Amino acid sequence: MSPIIKRKGEKFTLPGKYLLFILTAVCVFLMFLTFGSNVFNKPLNTALGYAVIPFQQGISTAGEWLSRRSEELVQIRVLLDENARLKAEVAALTEQNTLLQQDKYELNQLRALVELDEQYGDYKKIGARIISRDSGNWYSSFIIDKGSDDGLCENMNVIAGGGLVGRITATGPNWSRVTAIISDNSNVSAMTLATGDKMMVSGDLQMMAEGVITFSKLVDSKNAVVEGDKIVTSDISDKYLPNILIGYVHTINRDNNNLTKSGYITTAVDFEHLSEVLVITDLKQVVTEEK
Amino acid sequence: MLRKIVVVLMVFISFLLESAVFNHLAMAGIVPRLTIILTSAFGFMRGEKEGMVIGFFCGLLSDVFFGDVLGFYALILTYIGYVNGKFSRIFYPEDIKLPIALIVVSDLSYGVICYILLFLLRGRFDFFYYFTRIILPEALYTIVVTVFLYPVILKINEKLEAREKRSAQKFV
Repeated sequence: MSPIIKRKGEKFTLPGKYLLFILTAVCVFLMFLTFGSNVFNKPLNTALGYAVIPFQQGISTAGEWLSRRSEELVQIRVLLDENARLKAEVAALTEQNTLLQQDKYELNQLRALVELDEQYGDYKKIGARIISRDSGNWYSSFIIDKGSDDGLCENMNVIAGGGLVGRITATGPNWSRVTAIISDNSNVSAMTLATGDKMMVSGDLQMMAEGVITFSKLVDSKNAVVEGDKIVTSDISDKYLPNILIGYVHTINRDNNNLTKSGYITTAVDFEHLSEVLVITDLKQVVTEEK
Repeated sequence: MLRKIVVVLMVFISFLLESAVFNHLAMAGIVPRLTIILTSAFGFMRGEKEGMVIGFFCGLLSDVFFGDVLGFYALILTYIGYVNGKFSRIFYPEDIKLPIALIVVSDLSYGVICYILLFLLRGRFDFFYYFTRIILPEALYTIVVTVFLYPVILKINEKLEAREKRSAQKFV
């Protein structure tokens, strides 16, 4: 029977081939449409946000509980050793702490003198919990439980434990997607803290297994950058705020062109055990040219 | 109607499990793809149309939350559902070999397609590394999960089919 002509008493059914064609067309259309613009993102993000996120929040707690139990079993022995060691350390640290507190007092006074008030301790921050991770295994992104209702928007920087985690790349009313700096499709403009040499830091799936990410295009004509140097976000990045710690230089290699250097960075953040992050709600100032 | 509700629930549950629970149980950072299992299972159990539609919506969920563009994962999963549907003619519920083989091949081809489109085109040529590090472990982990999950999906489908048969007989 012809699929187009409908006979009396016969239920109209669409053959698989046509349905496949229609769905393909819809997908291709959506891809073209969302490649440049984000017309669809808002309503879809909102609708699915309310349908999925509450469940994810609940289930994520359950999943965390599971993983914590399995980790506990492994770690009890290690923890006993560590506990003994840490007790000794606490004693030493208490002594050190008193000394440092004196230093800090002095430092505060000096800071006030030099007016170093714009350090990143002064950025406004919001805490958020990670509730789900990209299941695609290819890129590193995750969903946090705060969204545009809490004042978050795209391109806000995300930090944890004093280091850069990534930036927000999509928001819904009650969720946001954070693309991590270790993700293979992420690039960050960075510089060394000591010498201010600029470089590009890119995530790399292949190197992530060894716990490092790559940097490239480092112009360091004086050979001043050494292993262990602190790498921070640069002043010239248009998405990231300046002077947020990314990590430490792991290895440096001279490129074949003899002008630039590349190598690996150990990140300051432990991406495997991340569960809470801080979102900096200050945005990098953007200069818009008038047309 | 009941079938539609149950299927929608299953799509939601497998996406939630995949993104919110299994990342805590990830081995070497690899998460099994429950949505591929679901798409492929409904493909060969119920035919290409149902497989396609389920694949489309599973993919769309990943797209909204994790994709750069809408429709990318949806397209891949739609085709996985369609191709699996072609095998519904030789599918018997008692046989476990065909389902497992189909799900593994689906997951492997999903991995290879993702590698080609997301990585190869950006100049990451070390296929062997990505195959052994991501694609193969994902397929293996997915098999392990399939062994437990597939009987559940099969049972639910059988229950639904039995119910549909009964209500169809009522009208005769």
